[in-house]
Parts: sequence; C-alpha cells; structure tokens
Amino acid sequence: MTAMTDTQPDEGFRLSQLIYDTRYRSITIQIIALICVLVGIGWLVNNAVTNLAEAGQDFNFDFLGNVAGYDINQKIIDYDSQMTHGRATLVGLLNTLLVAVLGCITCTIIGVTMGVLRLSNNWIVQKLATVYVEGFRNVPVLLWIVLTMGVMIKIPPDPRQFRSGDASMMLWDSVAITNRGVYVPRIMYESGSAIVVGVLLLSIAAIFGFRHYARKQQEATGKILPVLWVSLGLLFIPAILAQVVMGSPIGLQNPYFRGFNFTDGVHLRNSLIALWLALSLYTGAFVAENVRAGILAVSKGQSEAAASLGIRPSRIMNLVVLPQAMRVIVPPMISNYMNLTKNSSLALAIGYMDLTGTLGNITRNQTGREMECVIMLMAIYLCLSLSISAVGNWYNNSVKLKER
Amino acid sequence: MSDTHANTIAFVRETQLPPSPPPAAETGAIKWVRENLFSSILNSILTLLSLLVIFMVLKGMVPWFWNSTWNANSLSECREAGTGACFAVIRERWPQFFFGFYPSTEYWRPLLTFVLLFPALAPILFNKVPQKALFFTLLYPFIGYWLIWGGSLGGPVATLLGVVVAYCVYRTLVAQAPVIALLASVAAVVIWMLFINGFAADALAGVFGAGLEEVDSRNIGGFLLTMILGIVSISLALPLGILLALGRQSDLLIIKAICVGFIEFIRGVPLITLLFVASVLLSYFLPPGTTFDLVLRVIILITMFAAAYLAEVVRGGLAALPRGQYEAADSLGLDYWQAIRLIIMPQALKISIPGIVNVFIGLYKDTTLVSIISMYDPLGVVQPILADSDWNGILWELYGFVALFFFISCYSMSQYSRYLENKLRTDHR
Repeated sequence: MTAMTDTQPDEGFRLSQLIYDTRYRSITIQIIALICVLVGIGWLVNNAVTNLAEAGQDFNFDFLGNVAGYDINQKIIDYDSQMTHGRATLVGLLNTLLVAVLGCITCTIIGVTMGVLRLSNNWIVQKLATVYVEGFRNVPVLLWIVLTMGVMIKIPPDPRQFRSGDASMMLWDSVAITNRGVYVPRIMYESGSAIVVGVLLLSIAAIFGFRHYARKQQEATGKILPVLWVSLGLLFIPAILAQVVMGSPIGLQNPYFRGFNFTDGVHLRNSLIALWLALSLYTGAFVAENVRAGILAVSKGQSEAAASLGIRPSRIMNLVVLPQAMRVIVPPMISNYMNLTKNSSLALAIGYMDLTGTLGNITRNQTGREMECVIMLMAIYLCLSLSISAVGNWYNNSVKLKER
Repeated sequence: MSDTHANTIAFVRETQLPPSPPPAAETGAIKWVRENLFSSILNSILTLLSLLVIFMVLKGMVPWFWNSTWNANSLSECREAGTGACFAVIRERWPQFFFGFYPSTEYWRPLLTFVLLFPALAPILFNKVPQKALFFTLLYPFIGYWLIWGGSLGGPVATLLGVVVAYCVYRTLVAQAPVIALLASVAAVVIWMLFINGFAADALAGVFGAGLEEVDSRNIGGFLLTMILGIVSISLALPLGILLALGRQSDLLIIKAICVGFIEFIRGVPLITLLFVASVLLSYFLPPGTTFDLVLRVIILITMFAAAYLAEVVRGGLAALPRGQYEAADSLGLDYWQAIRLIIMPQALKISIPGIVNVFIGLYKDTTLVSIISMYDPLGVVQPILADSDWNGILWELYGFVALFFFISCYSMSQYSRYLENKLRTDHR
C-alpha cells in the first residue's frame, strides 16, 4: 500500500483542474475569451439590427445600382452624373490608386535624394536636408495638404492672364500652370502607333535578355559588358527609329488657350496636384530617414574591405553597400507606401474625388446608408493595404539575407 | 652596396631644397570651408545651389516679416498698413486657436489644467521626482475633467469613489486568488458605473453645490482639443497596446488570433474611416437611446487606432529580447505576469522607446483629422476665419502659425525620446 501512495491517485478529471492545472488552464482562458468576444460582437450586431429596424432601414447594397447624380471632375474612366453609385465608387477607387502610385514614385525619388544628401559631407547641403526632414515630419500631413491646395489656388496666374500676356506657358508652350489646375500635353495615338509600342515592348524584352547574357558572360569569363549604355540605347533608339519611319504616329497635343480657358491637353485638377505634392513631400521625409538609417547600418568595414580588394567606388556602392542597405530599407519602406495610400483618404479635405470623397462622402450623404458605405470603404482600404503589404513582403523576401 | 647605388642611379641630389612655405590656412575657417563646402566640383556646385535656395527663401521671408502688421481689423486694412505678413489675424483670433469657442471668462480653467499637467507628468517622465507624487498623477484625470467640462464636483468624485471601491475589492482578494481579484474589481467598476454612479453623483452634487459653469463639448476646440485628444488617447493606448502585443506573442491560439485580427484590421484602414465610425456609426452599435459625447467617441476610436500601432512597436521590443530572458524568468519560478512585469517588460519597453514616441508623435499630428468631421481643432478653426469676409484670402500666416505650434511640440517630443534613449542605455557600447 505504501508503494501506491507514491504515485498520484487517479481520481479522473476534476473541475478544479480547469483553473489550477496549467495544462487545462490555457484552454479555459481561451474559451472564456472566445465567449466574451462572441458575446460582445453579438451584442453590437444585435444593437445595430435593433437600431436599424427602429430607424426603418435595412442593410443591403442595392444602392450601388442607383443613379448617383453627382459629377466627378477628375476621372480616369468614363463617368457622368447619370451613372450608378457603383460606377462612382469605381472612379473614386481609381483616383485613389492614381494618386497613390504617383505619390509612391515621387516620394521614393525625393526621399532617396534627401536621405543621401543628409549624409553628404557638404555641411550646408546636409543642414538643408535636415531642415527639410524635420520640418515635414513634425507638421501634420493634413496641414501640408490644405496649405498646398491654398497655394495652388492663390499663387499661379488666372487663365485669363495667359491671354493678356501677363503669364506664359512653360517648357516650349506645352505646360500651363494656372489657378484652376495644370494643363499638360495629351498623348495622341494615331494609326501605326501600335507598331511603335510593339517595338518598345520588344526592346524592353531585349534589354532583359541582354542583361541575362551579360551576367552569364561575366560569370563565365569575368569580362564586364557595358550594361547601362547598351540598355539605354536598346530602349530609345529602336523606338525613335520606328516613330520616325512610321511618320510620327504618337504625338503630343499641347493645351492652347481658347475663349476663357485652355482646351485640348490634359487638365490635372489643383486638388490632384496638391494632394500628390503634399503626400510626396511628407512621406519623402520619412523615406529619407529610412534611407539614411539603412546606409548607416552598413558597417564602414564593408566598404573598406571592398576598397582594399581594389573595387571602384561606384561599384562598391552598387555591389556592396546598397544590397546590404536594402535589407534595412525595404521593410519600413513598405509601411511608408501603406501610410501614403491611407493618407490619400485626406483628399476629402480639399475636394479631390477619391474613394473617400465618393463612397465615403457624397454617396454616403445622398443615400443615407452610413453603415453600408463606411463598412465597404473600410473593406476596400483593408484590401488595398493587405495587397501592398503582400507585394512588399514578397519583394522583401527576395532581397533579404539568404542564410544557407 | 653604396657604389652600385651611386652607379646605377643617374641623378642624386646633393644640395638641400629650400623649405617650402606651410600650406595655406590648414586651420581655421578657411580650412573648414574648403573641406566642408568646396571639397570637389560637385560639392561646390551643390554649395552654390544651396546658397541660392537660402537666398531666395530669405529674400521672400525677411521683408515679409519685417513689414508685417499686427494692428488691423481686416485684411484690407493690413494691406494698407504694410506690404508684409498680416499677423493681425492671429492677434484677433488667438483665443479660438487656443481654446476654440470656450467661454472667454473661463479661460483660467484650461490654463490651470495645462499647468497642473506638468506636476502630474513629472513622476512619469523624470525619475528624480519622489514617487509619492504619483498620487497626484492618479488624481489628475478627475481634476482635469472637472476643470475643463465643469459642472458639479459630484460626478468626478463619484467616479473616483467607484475606482477606490474597485481597488479595495482588489486588495482584499488579491492575497487569495489574483485572477479572481482582478475579475471582481472589474465587475465592481462595471456595477458601480451602471447602477450606483448616477445616484452617488446626484447625492454628492447636493453636498458640493453647483460647482463650475458647464462647458459643452462642441465649444472645446483649438490647441486645447488637440492636447485633450492627444494626451488622453496616448495614456489609454499604451496599456492597451502592451496587452495587445502580449496577446499577439502568446501561445494561446484563440487569443493570438483575436489580437492579430484586431491589430491588422486597425492598421489596414485609414484613421479617417475610423473617425466616420465615431461620428456616425457608433450610435448604431450601442443600445437604442444611448448618446454620448462626440469627444469621448473620438477618443475611443483614436485610442484603438494608436493601440494597434503601439502593439506592433512593443511586439518588436518583445521579439528583440533574447530567448534566455524568458527562460531565466521561468527558471526562477516566476509565473507569467510576474515574469512579464519584472523581467520582460522593463527590457522590451526600453528597446521600443523610440518607436513608442514615434507613434505618439504620429497620433498627436493625426488629431488634426477631427477637423474633417467638423470639430474645431486648430485646422478646423482656420476654416471659419478663411470664410470670414474680413480675412478672406489670408493663407501663410494662419497655416504657418498652426504649423509652428505642431513643429515645436512634436520636435520637443522627439528630442525627449533621444534623451530617454541615452538615459536608459545601460549596456556598454
């Protein structure tokens, strides 16, 4: 019998084990948490159903098929006020994407330049870059957007001043900056332009082929081919030749002044330009900090080691420093792009008709379907953010350190 | 050897060269300029370009400031008085920039609240202050609420009593069962708020009298609103963010899934959509007939927003801790919460301080978004001024003033974070 008391008497499962036995306690906690969350969600949904019923509303998305009845001045695809709310939402989404893509490109250019300039050994340039970064980072983006919009309306000349000669167009009469927006040339495609575009695509394919060949050649023989010049030549010369041979099928149509305003050309609204500029400058300051941190993160020994191997400074930057800096730069860069896309929703403040301006504002107010509109708005932005981060993570995996 | 040397080399100098003069100005300002501004052709071009930029900016700014007008009643009067900036608008409208539409006889209340903020923050920010001062920090939310919103002292005191009751419940039970004590104290707070608080507030209002003049939330605006939203959301978001980060790192799958879902959802949508939820949607999700203050609704949503971002920052700190720290805590026999409180969090928070301050600065700047749902934060105050026919057409002065305020507060916050980073750096580098 004494031997029996050493082992635990098997009493089966007791309820108290749910709290005091660490093996079961975690399950208890999780189930309680799940029940709490489900009850909470149930309570919210129940309230919403009761409230909607009391207000005599239902929950459906039929309103997307109704006639919208409002105009959108900046649009990529066809739209007029007789089209549906669904179409207006799509126009808004495309406008969001337009400003997000433009902004991501320019903020990268500005950010990389400023980040490199902040590391410059030129004292005055370094200080100017610091002023830019600190100035833009420490002031709300909404203020920059509204201020840029104010400047765009206030400073440039009125279109009428172009007629009287008080103002003139820029870049060989092709760009007009007015207080109603910026007019840029429209690209005209005439017959035969398909061939030019085809040639351009072919030469891009040829560039990839040549780069592949050059890498193979270098690995096999050690000879370095002039990739950059050949690529540039391949990109431009055949396309220009095709353009000349076909008799200039792709042309630019300049905006020109007629009556009270500019016609032809593409009219970029003030709101688009202001939003684009403000978002790029603001996000550029954050990008600059990331770039600076990334370059500083590569230890000096790396570039010194490369120099002691006799590699030229430009190749040290390309082959040794940048690939290592990219690993530090890319992850915060993804979140910068995400932030820019989300901040583009502030377009509402200056009347740029992006997704928030159409679905989240006018459609919501006209149809009175607040619940549906806001939920749909959030869902679309969530999808956008998740896809940006998915693409970003895929790229990050391709540049990150491969440990073997 | 020397013969062969003399024979094989064609020329050997026999006389000494005269000493060359020392290199020109290898010290002082000229050397500095040469090394820092004109070290190469590219650098020289960049320097000249920068000087040009600075010159253009100064050429615009200096006369603008020099000829500025402070005394005028409208923009047209300004333009007559001087060619420069029209700061008269700020002189005329500064109360709105600072207090919104707060009653002008009561300005001492927000000011007093602001002054009291410093003794309340001191024990948290600087470790030289005696820790007994924390008591005042705990009382501060109630004092601040009463001072700004006014009304009888009964309401805040009743809520404070509820908190004290919950704390007593916790203290009496914590020795037997910590988990049950925590649940019981939460239950005590809920019961107090739902059933007893109203009666207690009325009863205490009888004792304390009418108190201060009540101020409606709609009238609170300007930098006062920015400070309220920023400080309240920041202090509420930090504990919530830490809990979310712990949940995300936890082994409990369901809890982890809930936390990940919440964090990714909040981080995936723009803040403005959450503010839409606060302004129009939240009332749908609450029991019929519930109405509460717009400022409170906005604070709830901004807190959730900041908590999700903080959670990611704290998670980074948790992930950066070596595995050995967790194992050491386990081997000392500490339970989960003891290990978190005594071993993990002090180190993880230290690592994540720069990130936390960045989130705070971001949140503080993002409070300007409430102007879109028509609240009168500094940017919201600018709109009616622009619409006023007296000041129509003014631009740089107004936005510059708001930008300056934000720049000063955000820049000092980031400088404080640098100070904290250095203070807490205990490893040897």
